[in-house]
Amino acid sequence: MNDGPLIPFWPPAASTSAAAVDKLFLTLLAIAGLVALAICCLILFFSVYYRADRPGGARGGPSPSNALWLEITWTSATLMIFVWIFIWSAELFRAMRVPPRGALELFVVGRQWMWKIQHQNGRREINELHVPLGRPVRLTMTSEDVIHSFFIPAFRLKQDVVPGRYVTEWFEATKKGVYHLYCAQYCGTNHAGMIGRVVVMEQGDYARWLAHGSAPAVAPFDSGRATFAKLGCGACHLPSGFGKGPSLAGIAGRRVELSTGKIVTADETYLREHILYPGRVVVAGYRGDVMPSFKDQLTEQDVMNLIFYLESLKPEP
Amino acid sequence: MNERARGNSILGMWIFIATEIVFFGVLLLSYAIYRWAYPYGFAEASGHTQLLKGTLNTAVLLTSSLTMALAVREASTGRPGKAQSVWLLATAALGAAFLVIKGFEYRAEFAEHLVPGPGFVYPGPLRGQVEIFFKLYFTLTGIHAIHLTIGCLLVLWCARAARAPIEGVGLYWHFVDLVWIFLYPLIYLVKRCG
Amino acid sequence: MKSYLTDGVTVRSWLLTRDHKRIAWLYLTAATFFFFVGGTAALLFRLELLTPHADFFGADNYNKLFTIHGIIMVFFFLIPSIPGVFGNFLIPLMIGAEDVAYPRINLLSWYLYIGGGLLAMAAILLGGVDTGWTFYTPLSSIYLNTYVTLAICGIFINGFSSILTGLNFVTTIHRLRAPGLYWHRLPLFIWSMYATSVIMILGTPVIAITLLLVVAERALHLGIFDPRLGGDPLLFQHLFWAYSHPAVYIMILPSMGVVNEIIACFARKRIFGYSFVAYSSLFIAILGFLVWGHHMFVSGMSMYAGMVFSLLSYLVAVPSAIKVFNWTATLYRGRITLSTPMLYALGFIGLFTMGGLTGIMLAALPVDVHVHDTYFVIAHFHYIMVGGAVMGYLGALHFWWPKMTGRMYPDNWGRLAAAILFFGFNLTFFPQFILGYLGMPRRYHAYPPELQVWNVLSTAGASILGVGYLLPFAYLLWSLRWGARAGPNPWGATGLEWRKTSSPPPTANFEESPVVTEEAYAYE
Repeated sequence: MNDGPLIPFWPPAASTSAAAVDKLFLTLLAIAGLVALAICCLILFFSVYYRADRPGGARGGPSPSNALWLEITWTSATLMIFVWIFIWSAELFRAMRVPPRGALELFVVGRQWMWKIQHQNGRREINELHVPLGRPVRLTMTSEDVIHSFFIPAFRLKQDVVPGRYVTEWFEATKKGVYHLYCAQYCGTNHAGMIGRVVVMEQGDYARWLAHGSAPAVAPFDSGRATFAKLGCGACHLPSGFGKGPSLAGIAGRRVELSTGKIVTADETYLREHILYPGRVVVAGYRGDVMPSFKDQLTEQDVMNLIFYLESLKPEP
Repeated sequence: MNERARGNSILGMWIFIATEIVFFGVLLLSYAIYRWAYPYGFAEASGHTQLLKGTLNTAVLLTSSLTMALAVREASTGRPGKAQSVWLLATAALGAAFLVIKGFEYRAEFAEHLVPGPGFVYPGPLRGQVEIFFKLYFTLTGIHAIHLTIGCLLVLWCARAARAPIEGVGLYWHFVDLVWIFLYPLIYLVKRCG
Repeated sequence: MKSYLTDGVTVRSWLLTRDHKRIAWLYLTAATFFFFVGGTAALLFRLELLTPHADFFGADNYNKLFTIHGIIMVFFFLIPSIPGVFGNFLIPLMIGAEDVAYPRINLLSWYLYIGGGLLAMAAILLGGVDTGWTFYTPLSSIYLNTYVTLAICGIFINGFSSILTGLNFVTTIHRLRAPGLYWHRLPLFIWSMYATSVIMILGTPVIAITLLLVVAERALHLGIFDPRLGGDPLLFQHLFWAYSHPAVYIMILPSMGVVNEIIACFARKRIFGYSFVAYSSLFIAILGFLVWGHHMFVSGMSMYAGMVFSLLSYLVAVPSAIKVFNWTATLYRGRITLSTPMLYALGFIGLFTMGGLTGIMLAALPVDVHVHDTYFVIAHFHYIMVGGAVMGYLGALHFWWPKMTGRMYPDNWGRLAAAILFFGFNLTFFPQFILGYLGMPRRYHAYPPELQVWNVLSTAGASILGVGYLLPFAYLLWSLRWGARAGPNPWGATGLEWRKTSSPPPTANFEESPVVTEEAYAYE
């Protein structure tokens, strides 16, 4: 991180998106530069060429004060350039938002004033993010208190983390090294201290690092399964669906009909909502006043682990 | 008031009403968002509002708009007599009656522990949603009541001052009435219509 | 000869005036005060940023400084300044009226501005507020225990000043125009002020109620924005930006209006494409209400919503581009004098163009993902707000000073100050574009050491800017006593305020009510 040039001009480009974003930005910079230069040169030129106190007499004189063809030309040209830029940028944005299949799943919880990261085998870190080179990584994130923002400039990546919901972002690192991690949404006193490092390693090194955690780590899956058993979820959520609660087999990503008739997808946010605030939305055919809230018994991390376990429950054959 | 000044005051009042529409619009938007999110809770909460008092209040306000319109009509003849003052005082009195009835309503809701805050009590899992309904209820009706009080004062000013902008005040009064027409079904009728 | 300045000399005659011209001076005094408060806050926190570590102020005080800078500059300088000073002074004069439609409400607007400002100053003096001027929830509604409610009350009351001013101007422009002054003969400043007033009227109530809900959340635990109670923190952002984006057009449209007047005068030409420039102001006002989501691309909003707001943001840039092209075309075959006001107007065009083009970059979703909440955005909006709006304000001050005071200031000092400001401004804010792309986030008092060079350059520029702003303050005040007396039309400009009344004008504006028989900017 610290052995760059003395005066940095450009952040390192260390992800698959970074090069594409840079290309878009540099094109926009070139267009902007040309337009600004053209306007400034015209203004300077006209100010001198047509100055009133010119020794030989001012050059200016009567001239038309409107020209429809000119207005239409520069308006359409501007519009066309803008639409072109919009299409290009919207395309790239869509690609940056939709993660590829088989991405490595990591969990991030932001809170005043630190980032807590958990890897798939349970290894945790604070204010550091170790990731493998050349493999897509998907982050599922939330906040425990206020809105923060998970920002890695080298990946051209940023996503606000909001309390009360899950957000995701993904990247694929392309260069080994150590990069800055910042919080980019003002979050109180130590906002400027909520920073850290992103360490990109060879895939083998990452696997080794993962295995040698400092304390015996419980994998999210195991932790979630244990929580599920401890809280007795299976007593009501019978696989047959005839219990007091709906069946959870294959719940992740399933289309669910609510008592209001609305049909939603059971994604991570939906699952979290039901675990913490069960009365808010009720599944069709079930009563809304039976499931207790587990808000006071689970941390955000516990909820994430539980969801990780739920995602593994396969639908009945 | 000469013709020009009258025209200015009416244009000014319409513009002010536009700002008020935006002002109340934000609150109504918040209501719409949370009703869409928590339909059950809102339906149940609405069942605990004071329907009789609310309906009576609606009749009171609509009548007050009638008396206001009659007062403005008197003014437009150019020779307003005692009739104008009578109608204006009736309008203010009806506005005051609305506020009194609302006061009784708030008192009843306080007694039923439906005022959001530490004293809020509601059994069942929909408690949180019902509380959100009542938070919006007190905010909306509270701000409406403030506007109505200001309206009463303006009407009384018109009854006393010879050159008061009575048409402008009439517009304001009708607007406050219109806001209530929107609030009434949103607050009282969520579950009570078949 | 009695002018509005000598018509009553007691303090009471000023503080209870109904004369729009005196009210303009009341606004000028207050706006200048707030500008220096906000500017001082900026100088202080730029001092902290000279080094990568927290040396001077510490985290909490730094957070209070940038919050105060934002609140004072946005709500108590940029929004009220040109409408309050030049809108008030010029609109009746430019349309041939004796005063605005509601003179007493005009005075009330000033008192609401002062009242709100006093509450904001109280919040600062009692200990400060550290939410950022954007007041994002749940930080501002639940987690901070500084003087948030007091600051919000100040902004809330000030909002009514804005609403009433807009209301006054719209009615005035509709109903008080002199005979013969059809809409298409109006100076373009009036078109800009009309568009600005529409935004003030329709946008301000949104921020009023939004901030009221934050106070309700703090005081009564209302839970509208608290996820633990079923609320949605993002609702605040939508409501906040639904006003604050149109608000930026309140801040820039008046300056654009000023630029029209100055360029026409000092190029001795009609503004090129009058109709296009006039209607572009209205388009900016309308489209400006539709783009608020571009402040929220990474907030958790859906991808498709982001695309819609991105496209609309490109569209709203088009009318501004049209203005810049038309101003440049106005210079062609003009007879140009580089007076102080003209320097400010030309500087405006250059800097606003740069700021606007960086706005195009921000509208591109993938670029915004990278530079959102970094110094890139700070540089973008300062190019527009300072390089644009403040330059326009100073240009207006220097153009209409002789009309307002009957005195001329020394033009050489004026041009020197303009040059110093131009240089200082670019030195302050251009490095911030680089800092932003490098990834330096906003609202950081400490940063990685490798970013220090750019921060030092920026702080150096800020001190030059500070000096630059003191110069006009000095020589304009000097001119009140020792400046050369100005005639009714020292610049040889068109417009009722220049051709039909003295400098300074009498209280009733015109000796005889003018009748308009020609187009605007009838130079030869």
